[in-house]
Amino acid sequence: MSSHSLSRIKSSVLRQRDPAWTREFEAILKAYEQAGGRPDVLQTPRVASAVISGNQVLAVNQVEGVNIEAEELEHGIRARITVAPGTKVDYPVHLCFGMIAAEGLQEIISEFEIGEGAEVGFLAHCTFPNAVDLKHVMDAHIHVGPGATMRYSEGHYHGPHGGIEVLPTTHAQVDEGGRLESEFSLAHGRAGRLEIQFEVDVAARGVVELVAKAYGSAEDEIKVNEVVRLNGEGARGLTKTRVAVRDQATSEVYTTAEGNAPGAVGHMDCTEIVRGEAMARNVPVVVVRNDRARVTHEAAIGSVSKKELETLMARGLGEEEAVDIIIRGMLG
Amino acid sequence: MLRVEDVWVQRPGAEVLRGVNLTVRRGEVHALLGLNGSGKTSLALTLMGCSGYEPGRGRVFFDGRDITDLPVTERARLGLTLAWQEPARFEGLPVADYLALGMKRPSRERIEEALKAVALSPLAYLGRTVNSALSGGERKRIELAAVYAMQPRLAILDEPDSGIDVLGIEDIMALIRRMADEGTSVLLITHRDEMAEAADTASLMCGGTIINTGTPAEVREYFARRCRPHENLLGSQPWGEEAGGTYQRVVAEGMRDE
Repeated sequence: MSSHSLSRIKSSVLRQRDPAWTREFEAILKAYEQAGGRPDVLQTPRVASAVISGNQVLAVNQVEGVNIEAEELEHGIRARITVAPGTKVDYPVHLCFGMIAAEGLQEIISEFEIGEGAEVGFLAHCTFPNAVDLKHVMDAHIHVGPGATMRYSEGHYHGPHGGIEVLPTTHAQVDEGGRLESEFSLAHGRAGRLEIQFEVDVAARGVVELVAKAYGSAEDEIKVNEVVRLNGEGARGLTKTRVAVRDQATSEVYTTAEGNAPGAVGHMDCTEIVRGEAMARNVPVVVVRNDRARVTHEAAIGSVSKKELETLMARGLGEEEAVDIIIRGMLG
Repeated sequence: MLRVEDVWVQRPGAEVLRGVNLTVRRGEVHALLGLNGSGKTSLALTLMGCSGYEPGRGRVFFDGRDITDLPVTERARLGLTLAWQEPARFEGLPVADYLALGMKRPSRERIEEALKAVALSPLAYLGRTVNSALSGGERKRIELAAVYAMQPRLAILDEPDSGIDVLGIEDIMALIRRMADEGTSVLLITHRDEMAEAADTASLMCGGTIINTGTPAEVREYFARRCRPHENLLGSQPWGEEAGGTYQRVVAEGMRDE
């Protein structure tokens, strides 16, 4: 454990005596719970975790083999999370990001270093329950070492106002035999303006799975840009996108998969549901640079299946309620 | 309970129902027999009020109330429901939630009871979703469990035996008897003689209309004696939607001539 992260933990412990800290901590935990998180887990010693509100690091807990360093910036934080080679982390690392304020900017600059052969999961909840004019920017760099596995799941809760911009950008490198699974979900509250950028390079026998799910309404704008480069022999990649838009919301999904080596296999799977005056677009780009690589894609854009809808209506559900259940099921 | 009076339905390129008259009484299991393409599923979708199956002529009454123009939801809320021949897939919808949807008072006990009623283990299925990871037969059973859990007044079961293994037929017949015992009337669409045996009454559909009604034995005998000989008229003509149309007309006209 670095001296820097130790001092950070000490400072967050010291802050617990501060009433302002207590108020902020309780508020963010309440929002975290609304977003589907379990606040008690954040206070469990055997679970590594970090709680970030605005630009404050409210709490950090580390477990053996997992090092979390966090530094406060003017409008956010910079974090470096390392998992020691060979470490198998029993419980997912819990991350809570959010802002209770209605307005402002939160920048999360993060770096994940997963050592050779390590296995770790992350469960991130991002909560902005009162957002009216708020921007949440994430800039992440991920390195999954040889034979290592990283599973990252991020869920968002945004409240009803829609005055939020969420701009996560990720650059990832998966080394030989490594595995990266990433899931982003924004299905509660208004999406606002969401723009996901994800680029990943995959070495030999590496695996990457990117899942993005979002639900837009009113004038929400959803844009997903993903690029998967399968550079090593036998590398595999999957992008799975599920977006539902209604009212005047828009959804644009741009995915690129490159098969650049023998035996590389990539697949892009996009489903978008459109209701009302909403608009959805899917642009898959397939690039193959080796005659033994294979990249495929499938896309379906349209309304809710009539059969699914009428099946639920035959159980007594109204049409809107049935549509909502189908969409929420799809978005998981 | 259900009365269908001279119902005609036109679909693009075909008149799928041509003057259907049918009565299902309270507490009755009524089997609807007929060959592929004879209009059985079209009648089921019409009775449920599905879009594209609005009658151009005729009326449908449920408990004396004219439901011809009611949407699917309102029919369901009156106690009418349908188990589809090919059940829908619902990505991400848990089995337990799916079963609870139509229940008046959802409870874990009732959900488990419904799964057991179709010979599925609650332990094995409650954690799963109604998606394509389930086999066709599993989805079929879950569809039937959902209908059973709903405790409808009239359940239309469209070929509940299709996609079910041979041993499972007994389970489905037991479910139908159980539903009837618990007060649900059943309109049972089937091709199988042994399934029709579970019924109190039966009707035979041909060429988009009902050409015979009676006990299951009478209707089966009528079907065997009067319909099957006409198969020879087809020679090597394939069966199917289009070819079936020709065949059904032959059969139906033959019947009417009698």
